Amino acid sequence: MTMNVTLSQRSYASSTVVAPAGRLDHDNCEAFREALQPLLQEGARAGGGIVFDLSALDYVSSAGLRCFMIAAKEAKTLGSKIVIAAMQPVVAEIFQISRFNLVFDTFLTVREALVTLSPDSAAAYGRE
Amino acid sequence: MRVRFWGTRGSIPVSLTWRDVRDRLAQALVAANGQSLDTLEKACEFADRHLGFSLARTFGGHSACVEFEPGSDEYFVCDMGSGARAFGAHVLARQAGREATINVFMSHMHWDHIMGFPFLGPAYVPGTRIRIYGCHAVLEHAFRLQQDPPCFPVTFDQLAADIEFILLTPGETATVSGVRVTPKLQQHSGASYGFRFEANGKSFVYTTDSEHKLEERSQTEEFVQFFRDADLVVFDAMYSLADAVSVKADWGHSSNVIGVELCQMARAKRLALFHHEPAYDDAAVERIFAETRRFEELTRAEHRLEVVAAYDGLEIDL
Repeated sequence: MTMNVTLSQRSYASSTVVAPAGRLDHDNCEAFREALQPLLQEGARAGGGIVFDLSALDYVSSAGLRCFMIAAKEAKTLGSKIVIAAMQPVVAEIFQISRFNLVFDTFLTVREALVTLSPDSAAAYGRE
Repeated sequence: MRVRFWGTRGSIPVSLTWRDVRDRLAQALVAANGQSLDTLEKACEFADRHLGFSLARTFGGHSACVEFEPGSDEYFVCDMGSGARAFGAHVLARQAGREATINVFMSHMHWDHIMGFPFLGPAYVPGTRIRIYGCHAVLEHAFRLQQDPPCFPVTFDQLAADIEFILLTPGETATVSGVRVTPKLQQHSGASYGFRFEANGKSFVYTTDSEHKLEERSQTEEFVQFFRDADLVVFDAMYSLADAVSVKADWGHSSNVIGVELCQMARAKRLALFHHEPAYDDAAVERIFAETRRFEELTRAEHRLEVVAAYDGLEIDL
């Protein structure tokens, strides 16, 4: 992605953890959306849910939040689910002000998020 | 340039109920316990200093009507929501029998934006000149229609004022009695138009009933240019961002978050949250206002944007 946000992904049993890092804004949200597509497909194929680990995301604009919303709809269509974990304080405030905290299930840690999605995934995460 | 808000509520007028007033009064009395408030002046000072906005005041309940004074003998006003009744009374009082010229700029003709016109006092005064500007071909039809039987007892043709309808072209700047006016097409059911007004080195953007879909960067850029360096942007902040892009997508309104972002990109000086959701009470609007100011702090780069929440009766000097 030619942008100041990067994207990494790891699998834990049937669940997938997707971790964007940097700043997600109007300039890079479309590239971010495109980069998400194969990860959403892969996550759905694995059968479990998808955790967005936002611990390395410094900032998200309205356009970035919209990307999350669209990804959640796409995941639902694929029979999967996206939850949010480990937000930095600024991003957590942006979620609260925009009311995205009412749209997504949010968790303080990736482990807590995985526990709600699948015990196997949480166990796999714990073995790292 | 002075901007004066006569109506700031979205979609439908609202008012406080007796329970709202009773509860506020009770909370104020409790807060004043132990104070020596034996004159109205002391009580007012206490209310202003120690009671919050949503206890001591109200954002008000009139639908959209915003006047601006560019330094002319003529009147300039955006939209004819229910706030137009109070605006009309203000015009009559100020004119004191002298004939008035009122320039009205219509964002669109949905009911909440035209419902005040039949109650605009100067429309009943011979000698008043009312020029209604807009971009919709059905501009005149809508004004006439709402006064046709059985909706209203006085037909449009019975109004005493000299009323003229003038169509503007989106994207083209016109000059109205010394004020430069540029309309811009906005996304809303049936289309709406924002207006950028410029006079005496000041600029004021009125942009309500406008949805920002965030799908095309070019659309965002258009609005950034429209807002560029404005002294004040009056912005439709009816919904939360989450609602605006999900359950209320395509309902034609925007959010506080989008308002801050567009104004920051445009380096506008001041943002006024406007078209408040009628389901929200004063405490809810006050909370959203505080959150919006916090969002502006969180996202501020080198440019500081002043955020205000518009209320009926607010005056802002640019």
